[in-house]
Amino acid sequence: MATATIATSADRPARPPRSRKPPRLRTILVCAAAYLVGIIFILPYLEMIITALRPQNELRDQDYFPHHLTFANFTNIWSTGLGTNLMVSLEISIGATLLVLLVAIPAAYYTSRRRFRGRGAFLILVLCTQMFQPTSLIVGIYQEFSNTVHIPSTFALILVNAGFNLAFAVWILNAYFGAIPKELEEAAMVDGASRTGAMFRVIIPLALPGIVTALIFTFIAAWNEFISALVLTNTDSSEPLTVKMNTFIGQYSTDWQHLFAGSVIATIPVIILFSLIEGKVVSGLTAGSVK
Amino acid sequence: MQETVDGTTGVPAPAPVRRQQPPRSRSALRRVRRALAPLPWLAPALALIGFVVLWPVWEMYQTSRQHIDSNGFNLGDYGWKNYSLLFSDPNLGSVMTRTVLWVFTIVALTVLISLALGQLLNRSFPGRRVVRWALIAPWAASVLMTSIVFRWMLDPNNGVINVFLHQIGVVKSYNGTQASWLGNPTSALWWMIVVAVFVSVPFTTYALLAGLTSIPAEVYEAARMDGAGRLRTYWSITFPLLRPALLVAIIINLMNVFNSFPIIWTMTQGGPDYQTSTSTVYMYQLKTFNIGESGALSVVNFGVVIIIVLIFLRANRSTLKEG
Repeated sequence: MATATIATSADRPARPPRSRKPPRLRTILVCAAAYLVGIIFILPYLEMIITALRPQNELRDQDYFPHHLTFANFTNIWSTGLGTNLMVSLEISIGATLLVLLVAIPAAYYTSRRRFRGRGAFLILVLCTQMFQPTSLIVGIYQEFSNTVHIPSTFALILVNAGFNLAFAVWILNAYFGAIPKELEEAAMVDGASRTGAMFRVIIPLALPGIVTALIFTFIAAWNEFISALVLTNTDSSEPLTVKMNTFIGQYSTDWQHLFAGSVIATIPVIILFSLIEGKVVSGLTAGSVK
Repeated sequence: MQETVDGTTGVPAPAPVRRQQPPRSRSALRRVRRALAPLPWLAPALALIGFVVLWPVWEMYQTSRQHIDSNGFNLGDYGWKNYSLLFSDPNLGSVMTRTVLWVFTIVALTVLISLALGQLLNRSFPGRRVVRWALIAPWAASVLMTSIVFRWMLDPNNGVINVFLHQIGVVKSYNGTQASWLGNPTSALWWMIVVAVFVSVPFTTYALLAGLTSIPAEVYEAARMDGAGRLRTYWSITFPLLRPALLVAIIINLMNVFNSFPIIWTMTQGGPDYQTSTSTVYMYQLKTFNIGESGALSVVNFGVVIIIVLIFLRANRSTLKEG
């Protein structure tokens, strides 16, 4: 089937009169190489799904595919308390995402609309926080939240995730707000709207794609975060999914098929969400250097 | 101030002073108000950064100067003792050498592979969207989950990588020393480098693709008119124009790889005997029994991070000025 698609579409580039290129063989080679690359990058996740579908007695078989498929792992896994961890992950990710938007939208709006003293310094400070990762500050984060600031770990993780993902949101929203012509909101202000009113009624709806990108990006980053969660949580019921998965593996008898059922639940939705914003993420991460 | 002006200039003075005074104070007030105007908009962001980014930096430094026993009791000021402990630590030398090799091998391999993939995926071919979508998976999935799957695929008894290597005759028998890739520090490191490259390539490729699509087609047209060959075109046109994207991608990768923790933590936990630890992992391992020394190492690591940030800011200089 694959060869058929290659053959029919390989003819397509030949139609425009480009005499220089002998298209057929090269297109086939490009296709083959690209498909191989695509398969390689998706293989570990396929293996994740396959293992999650393996029945218990076929788990240790030395083959690629099981003889039977079972959904039992997906139904049994909830008895390990995964539901609680899933909720913790959701709380942290949703909390961090809301906090980031609440904090980043005003900052990004103001820096995109006004030239003021300290604007450059502010943007650079934000950029630095994107480069510092929780990992490099983990001892400090641990000490801060274990000695000085006593708040539930879920709140601490909301704050940490929001703080380290703020930069992406500020930069991408700054770019989006900057691209909206000033005249639009000036017109709204002439019509009697305040600056805040103009922001809510004109700017935010127009910058919605940027806001959605920032939202999904922060959600995924908080969802996938591991080291601060590992360090700041100390009870089974306060652990988000990542830490829970790690405890599955830490024990001697690793419960592989449940581990992978949990991984599928934790991973596949995120990959689908991410594919929605993929095009915009690069520009946000490279802070406008790559256009 | 106003009084002395009044006193020295005498009778005719009050008029000009009175005339001058109101504008001056109004402008001072206006200046203060102007300086404070951004605050309501920026203060929440600044507070958040201060609380979870800057405060930990301070805590980290404090920890490195305190004598804290393994139970977490603070025994008071320790001066630079934690640092001298760290620098006389017999593991430090090998951990640091490994960190440098780890970072440079991964970033170099990532960049080379991504340059090739960027060229490949910049062409139009049927199914390009699907292939690009497949490339997203390792980027979107958490590094932790990807590492766990690789650990499972390398299982000495039934990991699919071993099944495949057994079929083609590379691995002679299951469960042997050869099949237990993660048991041997050298092969474990190489496999973890493979995983690190695997998770770094997607972002790097996408960053380079963004750079590639920003190169105008006319440039290539001109090169072709001048009779430049494919290789010549790549070296004289594509590569130089790709440099800003490449530079930023390299620096972001340097930072990510230096700070990478989940790969080593899930696959070997740095073992056996710290033989696969990088400085980030070692910092975490020290934390459990000597948090003071761990603090000293995190200050050292943070120094490295700051250097990378400074390089990043320098590379971004022009963009920041425009922005």
